[in-house]
Amino acid sequence: MKFSEQWLRTWVNPTLSSLELSEQLSMAGLEVDGIEPVAEHFSGVVVGEVVKCWQHPDADKLQVTEVNIGTDELQTIVCGAPNCRAGLKVAVATVGAVLPGDFKIKKAKLRGQPSNGMLCSASELGLSDDHDGILELPKDAPLGQDYREYLGLDDVTLDVDLTPNRADCLGVRGIAREVGVLNRLPVTEPIIEAVKPSINDERAIILDAPAACPRYLGRVVRGINVKAPSPLWLQERLRRSGVRSIDAVVDVTNYILLELGHPMHAFDLAKIDGSIHVRMALQGETLTLLDGQEVTLQDDVLVIADESKALAMAGVFGGEDSGVSDTSQDIFLESAFFSPNAIAGRARRFGLHTDASHRYERGVDPELQRDAMERATALLIEICGGEPGPIVEAVASEQLPKPAQVTLRAERLQKVLGITIAAEEVTEILERLGFKVVTTDAGWDVTVPTFRFDISIEEDLIEEVARIYGYHRIQASAPAAQLRMIPRQERRSSADNVKRLLIDRGYQEAITYSFVDPKHQAMLFDDIAALTLPYPISLDMSSMRVSLWPGLIGAVTHNQKRQQPVLAFCETGLRFVPDPQAENGVHQQAMVAGIRAGKAAAEHWSEGERAVDFYDIKGDVEALLANRGIEGTCRFVEDHHPALHPGQSAAIFAAEKRIGWVGAIHPQFEKKLGLNGRTYVFELELAAVTERRLPQAVGVSKFPSIRRDIAVVLKQSIAAGEVIAAIENIGVNHLVGLNLFDVYQGPGVAEGHRSLALSLTLQHPERTLEEQEINATIKIVVEMLTAEFGATLRE
Amino acid sequence: MELNDIVAAAEAAVAAAESPQALDQVRVDYLGKKGRLTEQLKSLGALSAEERPAAGQTINQAKQQVQGLINARNDELKQAELNAKLAAERIDVSLPGRRSQVGGFHPVTKTIQRIEAFFGDLGFRVVEGPEVEDAFHNFDALNIPANHPARADHDTFYFDANTMLRTQTSGVQIRTMEKEQPPLRIISPGRVYRNDYDQTHTPMFHQVEGLMIDTDVSFTQLKGILEDFLVNFFEESLEVRFRPSYFPFTEPSAEVDVRRKDGQWLEVLGCGMVHPSVLQAVGIDSEKYTGFAFGMGVERLTMLRYGVNDLRAFFENDVRFLKQFN
Repeated sequence: MKFSEQWLRTWVNPTLSSLELSEQLSMAGLEVDGIEPVAEHFSGVVVGEVVKCWQHPDADKLQVTEVNIGTDELQTIVCGAPNCRAGLKVAVATVGAVLPGDFKIKKAKLRGQPSNGMLCSASELGLSDDHDGILELPKDAPLGQDYREYLGLDDVTLDVDLTPNRADCLGVRGIAREVGVLNRLPVTEPIIEAVKPSINDERAIILDAPAACPRYLGRVVRGINVKAPSPLWLQERLRRSGVRSIDAVVDVTNYILLELGHPMHAFDLAKIDGSIHVRMALQGETLTLLDGQEVTLQDDVLVIADESKALAMAGVFGGEDSGVSDTSQDIFLESAFFSPNAIAGRARRFGLHTDASHRYERGVDPELQRDAMERATALLIEICGGEPGPIVEAVASEQLPKPAQVTLRAERLQKVLGITIAAEEVTEILERLGFKVVTTDAGWDVTVPTFRFDISIEEDLIEEVARIYGYHRIQASAPAAQLRMIPRQERRSSADNVKRLLIDRGYQEAITYSFVDPKHQAMLFDDIAALTLPYPISLDMSSMRVSLWPGLIGAVTHNQKRQQPVLAFCETGLRFVPDPQAENGVHQQAMVAGIRAGKAAAEHWSEGERAVDFYDIKGDVEALLANRGIEGTCRFVEDHHPALHPGQSAAIFAAEKRIGWVGAIHPQFEKKLGLNGRTYVFELELAAVTERRLPQAVGVSKFPSIRRDIAVVLKQSIAAGEVIAAIENIGVNHLVGLNLFDVYQGPGVAEGHRSLALSLTLQHPERTLEEQEINATIKIVVEMLTAEFGATLRE
Repeated sequence: MELNDIVAAAEAAVAAAESPQALDQVRVDYLGKKGRLTEQLKSLGALSAEERPAAGQTINQAKQQVQGLINARNDELKQAELNAKLAAERIDVSLPGRRSQVGGFHPVTKTIQRIEAFFGDLGFRVVEGPEVEDAFHNFDALNIPANHPARADHDTFYFDANTMLRTQTSGVQIRTMEKEQPPLRIISPGRVYRNDYDQTHTPMFHQVEGLMIDTDVSFTQLKGILEDFLVNFFEESLEVRFRPSYFPFTEPSAEVDVRRKDGQWLEVLGCGMVHPSVLQAVGIDSEKYTGFAFGMGVERLTMLRYGVNDLRAFFENDVRFLKQFN
């Protein structure tokens, strides 16, 4: 809600500066978002009158004028505006004037004619973008008066960002009431007198949907001059509220909207066929709106109709056919109360948002319609002339909101606020707000005036009391509560702990958008139909991620374009996998993922430089699993994933459940994704790594351990992991440690084979192992490897 | 040869020995089985029984003297050898160490961790909720019925009329209260989404929601806990003000502004007393229990805390930006 401070001060005039007033409103919950001067700075502009006006002898488009600026001497001024003419009152920038943009007016000669000043257009004074000629001032504008003073331009526009509950302040009247309450000042309401009908013309009004429209007032006004210009004061008030002047009829309805907060509408009477029906639209009924858009209505949309057709979308937008045009002579004015429920959401459904719908969907005072009608009629006739008919009011009283009766209990007020406010002060605050108050033993019985339609329950009154009392006067205190421990499961660890381990291994935590490029995602996960946003920010942010990889790949490419050589990112967050069984049709699963690209580590003077590889990222995953105490139950199994290199990818299993993947991004996607070189990723279900094993201690042997190394030659195709698992599984006695410490291919080992060197550590819990026991154990292992894998011992 | 001469010769030989090997040769030469001083002992046989003890003692003293010289020289040589070795092993300690790269948490996560710690210490449990949410939890149960103007203000990413990306973490309040009865103290950090993208808006950002419900929770306590939080979060004494505002799910409601040294008032969070309709909708007795709720924008707090100017930097994941927070 934007309005002129001067306008407000005609209603209520506290002794506060603009800034103080803004602060006061903000602190009362009407947040002032901006204070803007209504005019740019200029000086030396006065009201003048063109006394004579003739064609410039040497220029087709210029005229020479003599202008009276209230001094003894007439000023000769050359003017280029087509509307310049003798007898016109104008705004004159005199010699020495400074116009917006630091434009100084000096004596000049234009094509040989001297010019002592300039006749100004609105745009030259920074008042509008209007270049259509010079300003035409009313006949009664006082000659010689400073133009700023004349128009009251030393004024500011206050922009109040109103919360949805305070629709009562969507008019200067509501703001004025609020200022009156805050400053304990009376508010000067304009005196609204009934306009006497001079003709008997009227239209019958039938409320076919009384719940949606319980009150509708209509009035015929005949013989108006729609081309009569709106007076300057009216135009200025509109302008200072950010509303353009259109024509007198529209300007008047807009003025009522801004002044009283009540929307009005005017129809061309000639276009109305018989009576007015306020009814629900027929399903599929069409209506062409004032902006030319044809809409198809549903049966929950309220319309103003005549006997044959819909004329307007009630409370939202007028129809093109029934609108007032510059050929209209007779009009039909509407002032109605529509139920917020009947209007809310309708404008939005059609992509509309109008000043009327903004107010009606939040609520208007159900008792204001007649005042609005009378005020609008009087103003309209004053400007455009015309013969008013009587007001026809259709009302369904039982459907009209009644003044709310709300009880406020002193005990509840104290319980919610935590302070005790003296009963007299509470009473005084409620009365200041215009509420009717009856004090009782328990508190207050309050009757709320209809203009405060936002108040309906006790909490509403508590808020009003607190707000006017002043939040700053409510002291702070520490919350009191019973000490109760939060269950902390040792078994459970947090996502932060998982990330911390990765961070210690060099990962930078990234936060990437949950919506990703559908092209990339579909390429990497061709087996999942991702959830799609119908109205995304942009197409490349429209697919809900089914993995954290697409976002992390984006982080890598962003940094590769910026020449970052070592990249390691991790992220935790939800992935969204469509699943009809899941709540809202999507399985939202927390994941932890990592990505590495570029070099394995920063260049170092003593270390060789190498690119990151599969075993770097696998090592990170292994460290994570080891840290959770679940490494022993996890396996890496060679497997295919559509996003990954078929020869460098593994599924990660915990017991029999697959919990994630690790591998290189498939080389065929690198270019399409914008990746520079091999990129390695992993992703695990977060739940699998936030759950950890509780330690169960076993005794530590006091006896010496023995290490024996063996090297076995196997076919290359045999996975080392299987070999290790087989040794662990045969359950040989006393094997307490097993480590693969060398892998060798080359001279001495047959083509297609490789040698694995393993160390076996043996130990007995209660005694020193005998040599023959050790040899027997090693023999069992070697024999098993020979039988299972065709291994031979490498001597 | 006189004993004194032998000792003098030994002393000269010890001093001349430049290595442990040479020194050992000196020892053999003088104190060995056939050494010159050992030889002297053999001459005692020629002396009378009365002369022998004194003469023997003199020779032994000479042997001890020489042994002492050898020991001292030996220490000297060892020290010199060690010094030489140490000198050879000198390295440039100013060269960079062999360290593994260390990453860091995202600044948004750091802020969430700090908020969790402040409230966690006061017994607020961290609760998380889904991001694809239904109209009931995101709006209806929060006293924002269909067609409420507040819905339009949310720039919601809808999937369909009933399903959307959550616009606020407040829905977690509802999910918690559906399952549990008061007393309740929770905070809920997480991603939220609004269809808006410019200098000051990203379509995804983070909020932390807080909720406390108990038999005697009041607005004074809401003020107390949030003032306490803000002073601790910024680690400075700053001005905090509560300004009346409106949220459908709280009443009375407030926006909270802070003013740091020489600064403007900046809005940092919204809060209020839980609206009785919200409590009633989840079956909590709103006469017996009262509660407060608050919600804060994590990016905004992070920007103020660390001097970040561009909101969008949080989601570009430029390592040069992120590393500043490690």
